[in-house]
Amino acid sequence: MADFGGTDLETFRTSAREWIAANFPAALKGKPNPMAGEERGGKPSAEQEAWRKAMGDKGWGVPTWPAAYGGGGLSGGEARVIQQELNRAGAYNPIGGMGVMMFGPTLLEYGTEAQKQEHIPPIVRGEIAWCQGFSEPGAGSDLASLSTKAIDKGDHFEIDGSKIWTSGAQWADWCFCLVRTDTSKKHEGISFVLFTMHQPGVEVRPIPLIAGSSPFCETFFTSARAEKKDLVGPLNGGWTIAKRLLQHERSGLTGAGGGLGSGGKPLEQLAKEYVGVDEKGRIADSDLRTRLVNNAINWRAFQQTAVRAMMEAKGNAGPSSATSIMKNAGTQLIQERQEMTLEIMGHQGLGWEGDDFAPEELAAVRGWLFGKAFTIFGGSQEVQSNIVSKRILGLPDLTQNH
Amino acid sequence: MAVLSEEQSMLRDAAKSWVQEKSPVTAFRKMRDSGAELGYDVAAWNEMAEMGWAGVIIPEEYGGSNFGYLSLGLVLEELGRTLTASPLLSSGLAAASALILGGSDAQKSEWLPKIAEGTAVGALAIDEGAHHAPDKVATVFKDGKITGKKTFVLEGMAAGIIIVSGKGPDGVGLYLVKGDDAGVKRTRLSLADSRGAANIEFNGAAAEPLSGGADLIDKVLDRARAGVAAEMLGSAIQAFETTLDYLKVRVQFGQVIGSFQALQHRAAKMFTDLELSRSAVEAALAAIDADSPDVPELVSLAKAKMGDTFHLVSNEMVQMHGGIGMTDAHDAGFYLKRARAAEAAFGNQAFHRDRYARIQGY
Ligand SMILES: Cc1cc2nc3c(=O)[nH]c(=O)nc-3n(C[C@H](O)[C@H](O)[C@H](O)COP(=O)(O)OP(=O)(O)OC[C@H]3O[C@@H](n4cnc5c(N)ncnc54)[C@H](O)[C@@H]3O)c2cc1C
Repeated sequence: MADFGGTDLETFRTSAREWIAANFPAALKGKPNPMAGEERGGKPSAEQEAWRKAMGDKGWGVPTWPAAYGGGGLSGGEARVIQQELNRAGAYNPIGGMGVMMFGPTLLEYGTEAQKQEHIPPIVRGEIAWCQGFSEPGAGSDLASLSTKAIDKGDHFEIDGSKIWTSGAQWADWCFCLVRTDTSKKHEGISFVLFTMHQPGVEVRPIPLIAGSSPFCETFFTSARAEKKDLVGPLNGGWTIAKRLLQHERSGLTGAGGGLGSGGKPLEQLAKEYVGVDEKGRIADSDLRTRLVNNAINWRAFQQTAVRAMMEAKGNAGPSSATSIMKNAGTQLIQERQEMTLEIMGHQGLGWEGDDFAPEELAAVRGWLFGKAFTIFGGSQEVQSNIVSKRILGLPDLTQNH
Repeated sequence: MAVLSEEQSMLRDAAKSWVQEKSPVTAFRKMRDSGAELGYDVAAWNEMAEMGWAGVIIPEEYGGSNFGYLSLGLVLEELGRTLTASPLLSSGLAAASALILGGSDAQKSEWLPKIAEGTAVGALAIDEGAHHAPDKVATVFKDGKITGKKTFVLEGMAAGIIIVSGKGPDGVGLYLVKGDDAGVKRTRLSLADSRGAANIEFNGAAAEPLSGGADLIDKVLDRARAGVAAEMLGSAIQAFETTLDYLKVRVQFGQVIGSFQALQHRAAKMFTDLELSRSAVEAALAAIDADSPDVPELVSLAKAKMGDTFHLVSNEMVQMHGGIGMTDAHDAGFYLKRARAAEAAFGNQAFHRDRYARIQGY
């Protein structure tokens, strides 16, 4: 990616490179990021722990977050340099999860000083895992119809109800949760609260996915407790905060870095290997080749748009409404690539398990299945299109009254 | 729907009621969860065979009912609705076709009655790599023995008789190999759609040639392709109907989600594609029954169109169900996984579009 830095950034690059060389455990070089998997579990190795601690103490897992709360306090340019240098060293960013991607940025914007002091540093150090208690069985796309209720008990709220599709709830320490505090209004009756998952009133049941793993849960609250100090924003003022958080979630999913990634070998290369080439070196299956080119062209245009949006947003810190376009464009392209990966692998792209399939082949199948969620979570493809139609194109909204 | 004879209507109704009573999707789920070695429920298969479904295309003198391919397609379509796993396609259609079209009287007498009564399972072993490429044959037949490697043989584990493509002294053709021959080594594949398949190595296994050469391979494959397409039609229709039902009951924003035009128009598009696909599939099966010269192009048309439609419908099924469609407890994932396996079987859409163009001369 173009680097619009200059000499200052080059000095920074040298020091970043040196710091990474001194701190990144050689044993982890080229290894996958444990934060990138759908599932946690298994104890981290000593090296993984050391690397998390080093990056956490340095604040470079969240380079642009303020130093006052342990973040890197760096510019966007410097943050990109760190990412480039990590890539160069075969290293990964061990600080991640929902705390980093969506909750932290939201709390930095809406939290009180005390809330930020309490909750941000453990996210920066990668010590606390957060989960998102938004969706309910009856409230998915229509999130604001949620009914999990919180009753004021003086010094705390008592929470009853259930959430569903709560990613990582079984590994989470804390939950940021939308609760109903006024039943007479829809959007204006919702509050944003935080509470620990390690309490008797919280029960989680993992739900198996079509991809075989069980990365999300049903989450039940029976007289669960949230402290008053952990109400974020005003009482009944949670919807605005939730919308902001969802913007962070969406831009995290498909931002300039391509949060959902594609990884692995370039598709064209894979196609040449599995499908073969003609006498001129072209992918032998011309039908597949045309579809690959289409995807490649759109993929480049998508990345060009991400860069353009970033340039245009300079000085304007938060994500813009353009992220709604990016999510649909990006997720559709990724799903197409996942479909074509299977097609390219042919029979080898249909395996579920066993030695007759290479690990990449099995991973492609599982990834393709999990990838179907990209157009569902974080605001479905249809909900994104509704947002674009309504907010950007100014078309009437037929669901407004509900 | 094609105009059916009285026998065909009866056959279809029998299949419909058996599938609904005895083999709903929960039966497939049970089979999947049990890790069934063969990839199908043997007891259910025996019931199907008792009802005569394994002999639908087999001549009466060999124990079948000689009802033809359109009739067998009706059964496959009903089975496809609930993803019923069985060797009907590979045995009662593909292997039976090879014997009917290319077998000697002795071979027919030995195997067709067993296939018709379901006591022998037949399989078709054509591909040798990751893709359907029937022209690439490295397997060699010499002095009554066959040697080579075949991939992705549907029902390869269950097969008592394997129809194998190979290169003999007079060019390529099909050969008949017994599943229990010492020269047959099978490896069970664990596939995303949980159906039965194997990679098979033939190391000098005893083999008898069928007559018909390369032309026979094409004919048998076209019959198998039309059969898969019929099964896909049933699966896609059910995936669509399940989704349509959900659009009518799931409420968001105070209204059923089926009231949103964004979803309505996509449902209408799927319905349109399913209607087009049905025409294509039935035309291919009818052409086979009529032994018409345009079987190859009609079959490629049907497999390509049906593949695109099932691909679309299976994706929309997950998408329109939202989170619930992503769970293993829901059926959507089964249809999605089955769709990709069926698309790849005997040539995917790209293969058949290319073949269609070649047949048409462009
Ligand atoms: C893998 C995964 C992880 C998730 N993780 C979390 C999590 O950590 N925390 C959390 O709170 N939630 C999570 N979710 C839930 C996710 O946000 C919801 O699934 C999503 O909001 C859709 O809601 P729903 O599943 O109820 O589908 P529904 O809202 O019922 O939607 C069904 C279909 O109707 C369409 N639809 C709905 N309304 C309209 C409309 N007005 N116009 C057109 N079409 C419409 C939808 O787009 C969809 O296609 C996760 C989901 C998945 C799949």
